[in-house]
Amino acid sequence: MPGRRTWIGLASAAALVALWFVATTLTVMISPGRLPPPSEFLASLIQIATSGYAGGTLLAHAAHSLKLVAMGFAVAAATGVPLGLWMGWNPRAEALVNPVFLLIRPIPPLAWIPLAILWLGLGDGAKVLVIWFAAFVPSVINAQAGVRAMERPAIEAARMLGTPPWRMVTDVIVPAAAPMIFTGLRLSLQASWTTLVAAELVGALLGLGFVLNMAQQDIYPAMILVGMAAVGVLGWATTRLLGYAEDRALAWNVAAGGGR
Amino acid sequence: MNGRPLSLAGRLGLGGLGLAVFLGFWILLPATGLVPRQFLPPPNEVFGRFATLLTTPFAGATLPLHLAYSLLRYAYGVGLAALIGIPLGLAMGWFRLLDDIVSPLFDALRFIAPIAWVPFAALWFGTGIGGPVLIIFAGAFPPCLINAYRGARFVEPRFIEAGRMLGTSDLRMILEVLLPAATPSIVAGLRVAAGLGWQSLVGAELIVAAAGVGFMMVQAQANVATATVMAGMIAIGLVGMAIDIALRQLENRLARVRGQA
Repeated sequence: MPGRRTWIGLASAAALVALWFVATTLTVMISPGRLPPPSEFLASLIQIATSGYAGGTLLAHAAHSLKLVAMGFAVAAATGVPLGLWMGWNPRAEALVNPVFLLIRPIPPLAWIPLAILWLGLGDGAKVLVIWFAAFVPSVINAQAGVRAMERPAIEAARMLGTPPWRMVTDVIVPAAAPMIFTGLRLSLQASWTTLVAAELVGALLGLGFVLNMAQQDIYPAMILVGMAAVGVLGWATTRLLGYAEDRALAWNVAAGGGR
Repeated sequence: MNGRPLSLAGRLGLGGLGLAVFLGFWILLPATGLVPRQFLPPPNEVFGRFATLLTTPFAGATLPLHLAYSLLRYAYGVGLAALIGIPLGLAMGWFRLLDDIVSPLFDALRFIAPIAWVPFAALWFGTGIGGPVLIIFAGAFPPCLINAYRGARFVEPRFIEAGRMLGTSDLRMILEVLLPAATPSIVAGLRVAAGLGWQSLVGAELIVAAAGVGFMMVQAQANVATATVMAGMIAIGLVGMAIDIALRQLENRLARVRGQA
């Protein structure tokens, strides 16, 4: 039985769609060139889903974007989390890496796009590189903070019991830092999508950002809406997927509550 | 944590080593020809270019002038986000019905990356100032709203009860109870908003603007002027850092004032 909040949420969403319909179709208060009516949105959705637009169907564009996000995110997580754990654990590592990190960090990831295009062109490589830059920083910072916040007795107990270094990492450090690691990963995922869309808008041949770009050049507002909706749905779906992984991974952890 | 804390000398030594390795790669890769100079100009060339750009125009303006365009848009976008986001967040924290109506819509829209608004922003408001401002707004608005809302929701109940008992009106309740209590959270949100807004600005200017640092970088990229691209990155980093430092000062000052009260 859905609660009161769900009903009000559904009602307000329905009201918004109704308002959209009234403003664009019934009264034409807003011209279709500025905000396309719902019927045009649906027509565009069907067009891109079946016959395609900007060199591919919606599925092809979405799959391409999803692939790049997954690649960039995976590389960032695979490099950022270990680096953050290492920096959190070993003060020497932190002293070595931190100055360089502080030097590069103020540059927003999107500012790397022109450089990445110069280096790797308009293909997939440049996008993965920029996504990696964007998603790397939150992974590192949160993993580091997770280790930093560990309770000393747990470490000392493990040491006293003669835990070998490898098991120290897998059985003590990683589980203790896991909630923070996931916080970082969630931020990384968000950054990945933002960066991908920006990179595809600047230059691409396939992908949701490219759909947005073409629709803008064709002055095709309904298709812009379809592209935005697709970006939103994919962002939501991947975040849910990560939340699910988090719930599974942290099921043992009562404090983390197994998600929200 | 592992082992004893490092001595200051140890920290400085290792930090210097890290920086030296970083700079060493940056100098040696183009010097040895492993990476063409054209694509990775050495540091001296980039900083020289940075100095030249301060006075010589590129893509229609000098670097300070481009920065001025960018900062103007930025101020509008972040200002608008704060002006709408903070009061709305506070009101949502007070009126339950408003919360129930806005939260689901907000949650749904939040997953659309701010940059995805670029085509619509260009369509509705053009590429001059309106379009980029909308994108900066899209980036900076969520943290303003969320933090004001959270700050207002987690006010100590006894303050609210005291206010209620004294028959305080809704408006005064928001302004005189929720706002002061939520201020630390709001300022923290502003810091996040400032960072995200700055990032969105760069993205917006890469795509739609006709002036500004991002525009300058795209023009430089098209001309394979790598040193100019990198000089733009440095300028963006420096200004972003200055904004963050200024807001951190504000945060500290507020914390001090509250501590005295």
